[in-house]
Amino acid sequence: MTNHWVDIKNADLVLIMGGNAAEAHPCGFKWVTEAKAHNKARLIVVDPRFTRSASVADVYAPIRAGTDIAFLGGVISYLLANDKIQRDYVINYTDASFIVREDFAFNEGLYSGYNAEKRAYDKTSWEYEIGADGFAHTDPTLAHPRCVINLMKQHYSRYTPEMVERVCGTPKEKFQQICQMISSTSTTTRAMTIMYALGWTQHSVGSQMIRCAAMVQLLLGNIGVSGGGMNALRGHSNIQGLTDLGLLSNSLPGYITLPFDREQDYEKYVAVRSQKPLRPNQMSYWQNFQKFFVSLQKAWWGDAATAENHWGFDYLPKIDKLYDMLQVFDLMDQGKMNGYLAQGFNPLAAAPNKAKMTAALSKLKYLVVMDPLVTETSEFWRNFGVHHDVDSSKIQTEVIRLPVSCFAEEDGALVNSGRWLQWHWKGAEPPGEARTDIEIMAELYTRLRKLYQLEGGAYPDPILNLSWRYIHPNKPTPEELAKEYCGQALTDLLDPKDPTKVLRKRGEQLAGFGELRDDGTTLSGCWIFCGAWGPNGNLMARRDNADPTGIGQTLNWAWSWPANRRVLYNRASCDTNGKPFNPERMLVAWNGKQWIGSDTPDYKVDDDPSLGVGPFIMNQEGVARFFARGNMVEGPFPEHYEPFESPLGYNPLSRNEPRAVSNPAARIFKADRDALGSAAQFPHVATTYRLTEHFHYWTKHVRLNAITQPEQFVEIGTALADQIGVAAGDRVRVSSNRGHIEAVAVVTKRIRALNIDGKTVHTVGIPIHWGFTGLARPGYIANTLTPFVGDGNSQTPEFKAFLVKVEKV
Amino acid sequence: MSDMTRRQFLAITGSTLAGSSLALLGFSPGQALAEVRQFKLSRATETRNTCPYCSVSCGLLMYSLGDKAKNATQSIFHIEGDPDHPVNRGTLCPKGAGLIDFVHSPNRLKYPEYRAPGSDRWQRISWDEAMERVARLMKQDRDANFIAKNADGQTVNRWLTTGMLAASASSNEAGYITHKVIRSLGVLAFDNQARV
Ligand code: SF4
Repeated sequence: MTNHWVDIKNADLVLIMGGNAAEAHPCGFKWVTEAKAHNKARLIVVDPRFTRSASVADVYAPIRAGTDIAFLGGVISYLLANDKIQRDYVINYTDASFIVREDFAFNEGLYSGYNAEKRAYDKTSWEYEIGADGFAHTDPTLAHPRCVINLMKQHYSRYTPEMVERVCGTPKEKFQQICQMISSTSTTTRAMTIMYALGWTQHSVGSQMIRCAAMVQLLLGNIGVSGGGMNALRGHSNIQGLTDLGLLSNSLPGYITLPFDREQDYEKYVAVRSQKPLRPNQMSYWQNFQKFFVSLQKAWWGDAATAENHWGFDYLPKIDKLYDMLQVFDLMDQGKMNGYLAQGFNPLAAAPNKAKMTAALSKLKYLVVMDPLVTETSEFWRNFGVHHDVDSSKIQTEVIRLPVSCFAEEDGALVNSGRWLQWHWKGAEPPGEARTDIEIMAELYTRLRKLYQLEGGAYPDPILNLSWRYIHPNKPTPEELAKEYCGQALTDLLDPKDPTKVLRKRGEQLAGFGELRDDGTTLSGCWIFCGAWGPNGNLMARRDNADPTGIGQTLNWAWSWPANRRVLYNRASCDTNGKPFNPERMLVAWNGKQWIGSDTPDYKVDDDPSLGVGPFIMNQEGVARFFARGNMVEGPFPEHYEPFESPLGYNPLSRNEPRAVSNPAARIFKADRDALGSAAQFPHVATTYRLTEHFHYWTKHVRLNAITQPEQFVEIGTALADQIGVAAGDRVRVSSNRGHIEAVAVVTKRIRALNIDGKTVHTVGIPIHWGFTGLARPGYIANTLTPFVGDGNSQTPEFKAFLVKVEKV
Repeated sequence: MSDMTRRQFLAITGSTLAGSSLALLGFSPGQALAEVRQFKLSRATETRNTCPYCSVSCGLLMYSLGDKAKNATQSIFHIEGDPDHPVNRGTLCPKGAGLIDFVHSPNRLKYPEYRAPGSDRWQRISWDEAMERVARLMKQDRDANFIAKNADGQTVNRWLTTGMLAASASSNEAGYITHKVIRSLGVLAFDNQARV
């Protein structure tokens, strides 16, 4: 979330799309209710199903799953055509005026530089015109035909209300009514918030759906303001924290990326990431990259990370390609992986195409599962009849299962969707011999270290030299670890302006990432968390809920990254002179000497507005980007592509380009392409989702939840039910080209048939929560059905739009 | 019900599904029930926590018997929403309201277990045996398959034949140490739930 849960109450308009907050984030959705009741807010819900969120919306519009870019592109087109944009904001705080290179082009769904064989683009032309001084050319009058905003206008002119209706199945009048409501927030005093979740991320064009919505928000001046923002409602309680800590194949903590093979030279690795400003006077905060990187290496390798060995640069593995989950399970299925560790994660249930997953796990030599509960993954080798039919004797995988404590049995911090790091406390001991993840990982490490000390082995240096300063090596405390990822001075830190002054004493916690240094005198395992455990103690444990301004900024409740800032980009809530656009909901303001307000300014606190430093301080441009340059694999502007399993089989927006039916730059493995189904065999569009009573595959182990939603079901509309002769309560078989499930049919008016380009398309709703272990009635794993293809950028699987057939059993 | 405190009221009615279903069935929470609850809660230890499910991360109050004295074993018997929490203000959804049943689920794992190749059953083992075996399997695989240089002779220092998926409901501290250990081994096949 750019903003946070409580801030939703300040919205004038709420758009819920790609999510169903009332169902999946109920206690956060309360703030929508609050905005409606006390801020006269209106709620719009766009979803294939008339959801629980829709049931309290002012306006609901249906949409075909997987076509959100067509809808949002239509909104952009409407805003530009009717001049419903916040002009000052767009001109000063976005790249609207930047001029794009002459060789950039777009034609029939493909951008310049496409290589069909590689399914990838040469992105050279996706760039601004850069002058000899290294700065991008701009035209503040917006007259130049290649200004970003003019290219955008041209691009989205194809997204007419008629096209939206054809692609999405959303009635034209409904669509226009929504555009008109959204456009009302282009004024400086009205804000719209957008709330989305996995309904946007789990598509082959998921990242671009989210970008497209962010572009709508930028046109309206709704980013960085109270009651606005792009608010990702994250799934798990600490998925935000683990992402921040970089537990992803190509990442390090704090959004630092690992080196590629070609980056053999440390200086070049740093130079590429220390991005220089593209316009005069811009902060381009990543210029400080080396301070963050060196402080991380000092946290991990201590005294062994030295200037001479480039702070242990070679201790880090280099990447030749992305080893994301889908890639890894594909390698596993090819027999190229030997071992796998699943910590609090149930991939057999959570990954697409269960048959492929079962085959892949069966090829492992060893599997280690650490979990509080009996997951399907840990029992993949066992026969559970129709729900999981395997022959144990043929599965040669050695499995070790380790019992782990749960939330109630440990201290520590979680990062919520609003980026708050909240400390929690242990209330009891774990059952039996269960241990914490920390203890397990620590003992695993000390045992490996001992084996390498005794026996030697492949490149032992990063293992032997790992900094392990914990008082009890097999039981580091959460406090020790939190202090380490936050940051400490390794020597007395002197004031560069007055070397007689000691800013931080050796061993003292740092107050923020501004204190980090690139000479090895500070450590910080995750620079964006620096200051959470500061010189004054553990700020994550703060529990003062005072809200002096009344707009919900409880700055002394826990701690939020970065720098306890609650609303990202909040400098953009003021005009160029530093005056709040909306004084009623002031976040920050310039008082003539410094920036003050109800939030930590997302800006240098004493930078005079007349210097013209842009509010998007992490970007080289200093402003927000409509034009993604080379940052996305499939193009600088989001374009509609059909899901990999499309009920149409063509892309109405680029009818004559067969290579642009689905995301032309998304990776798909050959066997998985062959496993895709066609509309002729599987005519219905399926989408998976959560129910309020359950959480993924855990709560079927929880008695109360197993009672409230005991049995697997699927939802179909009355029209489809009539067509296939199914009544409510009948059992149905839902199949895709990858397998089938059987469940009780819920027949409902809440799912309507859609008219897509003249064709009737039915949606099938598939809740995900059942499996072959647990206290609820045994069921089929919903991901038996889903396709093994991911978003072009994040590789998040396409769970939200695929093809099935429904039959009565 | 006028003599009930806000917290007692939340404990019995609005905040828990069990409570609201009782009310639906006609058992309106009467004086007697409130008294029992008050007695039990008042001698319990209250611990602050957060819901481990979704990222609203509702604040919780957990009540346990046992007073944190060295020789007493704590057991949590009740969990409710933290009324002071700025986001959930005491409320919980049906998932948070059932957390006590997660803590005490009969499907909680209690001991390390081992499944031999081709076997159809678990066998209980000690932590020592389990950790010894895991470390040995990992070292064997790493030593056999570690790639120090790629085909072009570039230093790459990676280990691709063992991978890991990390929890996304565990704490920052668990995530941080997991990352530190796994990356020091050279593992690239490493993801968390954010990929899904
Ligand atoms: S109680 Fe419900 S809404 Fe609150 S964090 Fe838990 S799952 Fe989310």
